[in-house]
Amino acid sequence: MTDAPIRLHGLGKRFGPVTVLRDINLDIHPGEVLGILGENGAGKSTLLKLISGVYQPSVGQIEIDGRRYDRLDPIRARQLGIAMIPQEFNLVPTLSVYENVYLGQELRRKGWLNHKQMREETARVLASLDCDLDPRAPIAALSVAEKQMVEVARVLVNDARVVILDEPTTVLTDREVEVLFKVVRALQKRGVAVLFISHKLKEVKNLCQRLLILRDGSPVELCDTANLDEEAMARKMVGRELSQVYPDKGQPQTEVALSVAGLSVAGQIDDVSFDLRRGEILGLSGLVGSGRTEIAEAIMGLRQRSAGAIHMNGKACDIRSPSDAHQQGLAYLSEDRQGRGLVMNFNLIENMTLLSLQRYVTGLISHRRERERAEHYQQAFNIRAASLKSPVGQLSGGNQQKVYLAKLLDIEPSILMLDEPTRGIDVGTKREIYRLIRQLADEGRAVLVISSELEEIIGLCDRVLVVREGRIAAELSDAQINEEDIMLYAAGARERTPAGVHS
Amino acid sequence: MTATQTFSQRLVNAVRRLPLDMTIVAPLLALIVLLIASSLASEYFLNTRNLTNILRQVSYTGIIAIGVTFVIIGGGIDLSVGSMVALVGVLLLFVLNAVGDPVLAVMVGMSAALVVGALFGLVNGLLVTRGRIAAFIATLATMSIYRSLALYLTDAGEVVSNNDIFPDIGGGYWLGIPIPVWAFFALALVGHVLLFHTPYGRHLCAVGSNEQVARYSGIRVRTVVLLSFIIAGVCVGLAAIMLSSRLNSISPSDAGVLYELDAIAAVVIGGTSLAGGRGSIWGTVIGALILGIINNMLNLLGVSPYLQGLVKGAVILIAVLMQYKRSQ
Repeated sequence: MTDAPIRLHGLGKRFGPVTVLRDINLDIHPGEVLGILGENGAGKSTLLKLISGVYQPSVGQIEIDGRRYDRLDPIRARQLGIAMIPQEFNLVPTLSVYENVYLGQELRRKGWLNHKQMREETARVLASLDCDLDPRAPIAALSVAEKQMVEVARVLVNDARVVILDEPTTVLTDREVEVLFKVVRALQKRGVAVLFISHKLKEVKNLCQRLLILRDGSPVELCDTANLDEEAMARKMVGRELSQVYPDKGQPQTEVALSVAGLSVAGQIDDVSFDLRRGEILGLSGLVGSGRTEIAEAIMGLRQRSAGAIHMNGKACDIRSPSDAHQQGLAYLSEDRQGRGLVMNFNLIENMTLLSLQRYVTGLISHRRERERAEHYQQAFNIRAASLKSPVGQLSGGNQQKVYLAKLLDIEPSILMLDEPTRGIDVGTKREIYRLIRQLADEGRAVLVISSELEEIIGLCDRVLVVREGRIAAELSDAQINEEDIMLYAAGARERTPAGVHS
Repeated sequence: MTATQTFSQRLVNAVRRLPLDMTIVAPLLALIVLLIASSLASEYFLNTRNLTNILRQVSYTGIIAIGVTFVIIGGGIDLSVGSMVALVGVLLLFVLNAVGDPVLAVMVGMSAALVVGALFGLVNGLLVTRGRIAAFIATLATMSIYRSLALYLTDAGEVVSNNDIFPDIGGGYWLGIPIPVWAFFALALVGHVLLFHTPYGRHLCAVGSNEQVARYSGIRVRTVVLLSFIIAGVCVGLAAIMLSSRLNSISPSDAGVLYELDAIAAVVIGGTSLAGGRGSIWGTVIGALILGIINNMLNLLGVSPYLQGLVKGAVILIAVLMQYKRSQ
């Protein structure tokens, strides 16, 4: 571990007058997992892009095998053994696994593609990852976790020495995360250095030997993970004491806001019934693919219900489309912020008023009132953007999420269903969003929170439903809300008990 | 030195403050440069009659281009507009010649043209939204169908109006400006208001940007897209009125030929992205003017008509390349 094939010397990056990263001095050793921590906008992505050649450094150098480079480009970086697995996978859905693994570096024989060798090599690499994927399977048929394995395989056939994983676990279930961790450890054994970026402190603690913590573009600390607990990590990232991440639990009222009975969607969810009370935060937990999102989408009229009745505030509702739901005061935050939530080339104002546009119309749209409303949200939620007229695509994930919440809240919903409300968001912003959710509940709204993060479910929710294979496997409240019980029900290790303790 | 800098900065800031979408500044500058170059290149260019002529020529395709702008912003395309002009024109003259009273005939005929245009647009829209056929293919097919119907109904012969007051519409003037030009600018104003100041316009942009987001936001995606095709159809109806009344006749084989390409070219030169989601009506108006002036200049300078297509193609490429550079 003494020789470092890759050394960063005083690396920094400026965009115009703004310095986004400075003074990075770092040796990356073979066979180590190095965690990089920081809030959104701390400079993590910039650092990764400098190392992988996407950006060129403004100052400093990258030393690889004793040779110093002022600048790299992505192709050069790849040739030197630096590979990046991005958050959004770059796979061609219509091609097969092996065709994607060798995309752009196809094996040839006498100028023709050597399909056989590519298939065999792919199978070999996948096997070394304990993954039994068929190299001929089309990408479109794969799960997110399997796609990630394909990305890893692509890196391995390249003989990469440094692999950069950018928030790889955000899209995975807990089980899939374990598989990924096994893969990372296998890479480690081969002497590959792994740079691991995650917002989940527990993962970082478990997986990484060393940590680089960034704040506002500067390195705050480079240390062994063993010396830091999660709280200390969060403190160093944020730079201030983080009082309690989760707000105090609330006092749900007895009045039922949303009542779902016997909800079914053919092949997806089966006989789902629950009540959601005013002032309550109800958690919907379960493995990815268990049917959580489908339940919310079926309620919104986004999926064809095969059976079931929905009552809101005591009245039967026939919700056939999201616009019906919005009119009844029911709003849904999709887990896919960029693909289903916000129009990326719309500005903040246009996104915030997209659901509630009719409220700003007196003959024509009043752009002034729209702007005033957006200014209100920007202040209330502390949204950081160059201008209200910037496209939301330019904002960081946390700020986008705040815009998305503002968009929903602008129809003044009495019931909110929030699907992965803090996905890909840093600790500080998460805390703000938790507080906002609790405040909404305290104001008498009913909130359903869907989340893959157990910690979030446990910390935030008053009551929890566990979903397994499209059914409600358990209802938990008070002391029953703990990691073990939720996982046992979610994974099917324990069968349904008579409905949990009702308050 | 500092004084000039602050002045230029102030100028830049003043331009930024103007109620202009930055996307139309580039086409606007191109138009101004073209106007100056043209007035230097030919002494006849600034002649009132020449300018009036350019405007009149531009207005027919310009009216259609405004309709096509809506379709393109919604993420579609309409290739059938040229054929539709011929078919609507033919039906318009049939109605006109069938009604006895000339004033009544003109009123009924014009209404019929707008209604029939809307209907043909509806057909395109239904094929795309209900039939789930890609807009390019659906309107490629109706382009062929509409032209064929126009030829069949007339036996490929020109239809001539026997109405005395009909030609006064397309050939008439108000305040010294041809009526088709008034129609063009009035339509542009209406189109601009519809696009930027009504929920429909906002919804159309959302649908063109990301259909899923629009659906999750409770926007009736299919209705919005359907309406964009109907708008294009109504615009074609208006263009057919102006064109056939100017000539007092319509030729089913010549009317509207390649108008779809001129319309799409005007939209693209005006800065509207073919990918949908964003666009500008004034950009389209400027795009149509640029195309018209270039045509006129090539004629005035005696350039071979065979080379005019080359110049038009080059202008389209330059416009698209500039958009690409800007979006980077």
